[in-house]
Amino acid sequence: MSRIFVSGYGAVSPAGWSAAELQKILAAGKSLPIQPLERPGWEKRLRTRAVPAPAARPAFLAHPRLRRSSPITHYAAGALLESLARLKPDSSRRVGLVVCLQSGCVQYTYRFFEEALADPATASPLLFPETVFAAPASHLAALLENTPLVSTLIGDPATFAQGLALGADWLRQNRVDLAVVVGAEEINWLRADALWHLEHAAIISGGAGAVALCRDVEFSAGVELSAVTKPQSYSAHKSRIQAARAMREEFSPVKNELLCDGLGDSPRTDAPEIAAWQDWTGARLSPKIILGEGLMAAAAWQCVAACATVAEKKFSSAIASLVGCNQQAMGVRFQACPAPDKSDTL
Amino acid sequence: MNFPSNPLPVQPPRVVVTGAGIVTALGIGWEKNAEGFRAGKTAFRQVTLFDVSRQRVKMAAEADLPEQMPATLLSARQSARLDRASALLLLASVESWRQSGWEPSEDIPVVLGTTSGGMPLGEDYFRQAVRTPRLHRRQATRAFHYQAHSQGRIVLDALGLGGPATIISNACASGACAIGQAWELIRGGAAEKVFTGGYDVLSQLVFSGFDALQALSPTRCRPFDKNRDGLAVGEGAAMLALETLESARRRNAAILGEIIGYATTIDRHHLTQPHPEGNAAFAAMSQACAVAGITPAEIDYVNAHGTGTLLNDDAETAAINQWAGARAAALPVSSTKAGIGHLLGGAGAVEAVVCLMALRGQWLPPELALATPDPACRFPLVMQPRDARVNTVLSNSFGFGGINATLILRRWA
Repeated sequence: MSRIFVSGYGAVSPAGWSAAELQKILAAGKSLPIQPLERPGWEKRLRTRAVPAPAARPAFLAHPRLRRSSPITHYAAGALLESLARLKPDSSRRVGLVVCLQSGCVQYTYRFFEEALADPATASPLLFPETVFAAPASHLAALLENTPLVSTLIGDPATFAQGLALGADWLRQNRVDLAVVVGAEEINWLRADALWHLEHAAIISGGAGAVALCRDVEFSAGVELSAVTKPQSYSAHKSRIQAARAMREEFSPVKNELLCDGLGDSPRTDAPEIAAWQDWTGARLSPKIILGEGLMAAAAWQCVAACATVAEKKFSSAIASLVGCNQQAMGVRFQACPAPDKSDTL
Repeated sequence: MNFPSNPLPVQPPRVVVTGAGIVTALGIGWEKNAEGFRAGKTAFRQVTLFDVSRQRVKMAAEADLPEQMPATLLSARQSARLDRASALLLLASVESWRQSGWEPSEDIPVVLGTTSGGMPLGEDYFRQAVRTPRLHRRQATRAFHYQAHSQGRIVLDALGLGGPATIISNACASGACAIGQAWELIRGGAAEKVFTGGYDVLSQLVFSGFDALQALSPTRCRPFDKNRDGLAVGEGAAMLALETLESARRRNAAILGEIIGYATTIDRHHLTQPHPEGNAAFAAMSQACAVAGITPAEIDYVNAHGTGTLLNDDAETAAINQWAGARAAALPVSSTKAGIGHLLGGAGAVEAVVCLMALRGQWLPPELALATPDPACRFPLVMQPRDARVNTVLSNSFGFGGINATLILRRWA
């Protein structure tokens, strides 16, 4: 059996542009303030928690491919590069890239379609390519030097766990030396409006999270990917609550474990996950209550928070429970492993 | 557990196709499409699905849906709510499923490729949200069902599958990547059977996008023609039932062909333009051959990505020339996009089925609209219908963002 380790992680969220800021806000345990988001033609404003502007302009924005890209790519790039920052730049390392999205590039999609409906003759050809789900992955691959395998997965937030399993498989087959899994989303009023129609209580947010995986323990950040459960798809024969319970049953109990759940502000959406973990007596962290409904980004934040908590030796293991909204339930367990006794940069 | 997974098999199993379903503007099902592709028929007409009156180009390859969908395990409510993307996908799925003879199961993964899922529903959502912002009727349904995994759920429920469903969105290489990933799941020992394919429907956003890029042909789509002037878009779906040879033999199943190679690479040159020398396409073809353990001399036909744009066909021509070397002079190449348009996320899957048809029928699909082959092509282009000895074929799919994918299929005799 091949062991797979976490070599780094990164996050861009309403808490700020790093995993450390994410952890600080989560540790404080206080929900971030809500900002109103104007919805054209309707006085009722939507609610959001937005990513703050970075303290300094990220250097990667100078890359020619990122100049015209949308915020989702900026968030994804920020999280990706942070997840790789522990390792010395080395162009001989083959990096596999899995980008997971649910809503995807909504800002440029909205702008382009608005222009196309108004007058197709003047719709911007610069916007259209940025509407494609594969655009962020393409830009991220351009940022890195050696990316033999790149793929974009779309689905509900549990898809992030599918991305981790895919990255682990690429490593297992020795097709890459590192595999980075990125989950990202961006905000606009249309996406917030759609979420409102599905769940009135939800507070939308955007951002990204990234988990970098490796085969060699010497590159690990003191965290091992120990399990990704079988995807429990919702179907005519399996309700969300049954799927969530089936996911939970795959985890055998261990001591000193943190549950990083996906509960938010949406009682109806949260009900199956609450039921699945009702007998959980250990520690629990609910990033979405603090950060908002970031869909795929939120799934990534859960995993980043789980990794960071284990790396900080607060718990010997942590589970990220990803009960997706309309596709599947999956869970991921990270556990402590010996960290290399070396300097910060490997 | 999905991870840790089973140890890799010492010898990867052979992967065969035991079911294939297809829907394009040429028709529904293998028979109609085989007849159309063999004859080199074209299926373009004025777009009726949305307003193209102010577009530069007004033609596309629209598929005709049947008046009645085939019987499945979908509930009456699900059947009544089927969107166009789900309907196309379901038609291809049912044909492939019936041919495979598979039974409903909790253990058959589904891997799908698409670029835009149920985009027309998203467009309806947008229009209502902008034009009548206080009207909320049907918006929740649209928000839910436009997402690609909703179409995946339709496949699961219609056929009695338990999943998982994986949705790959690698732009126009999505369909080929889905089949490739399904092939790798089986070869890696993660599954014995996988149901896989790709789909996309015509949508105003995508049509307008290609038109805004001036990528659509204002005349006729003629891939590899010296005077080519752009692509045409189409819609459709194709699904394949893949399983190990051992499983197919155990069931005494009819085998349509074998997938023997797959590779994917990324072209970092530009978001929408391939590297002029087609280096990533060359790498994809070379790597797929290496995985299959064959050389270009053993390939009997190339189903090119061949969109009909200047840049794509130039790059692909350079790549095929370099990859095939001396073999190029006698290696037949064509692009079936000349007949049915570019099916985006569905293209790679539909073209894989066309390759199976060619392998089964021992013919090559021609491009009748091709008048003057680009002199850069060192390979013969198939311009007229013809029979041929076809044992091994290679199919290319390249996407926006630079994902390149190559599949290699072999005749089962």
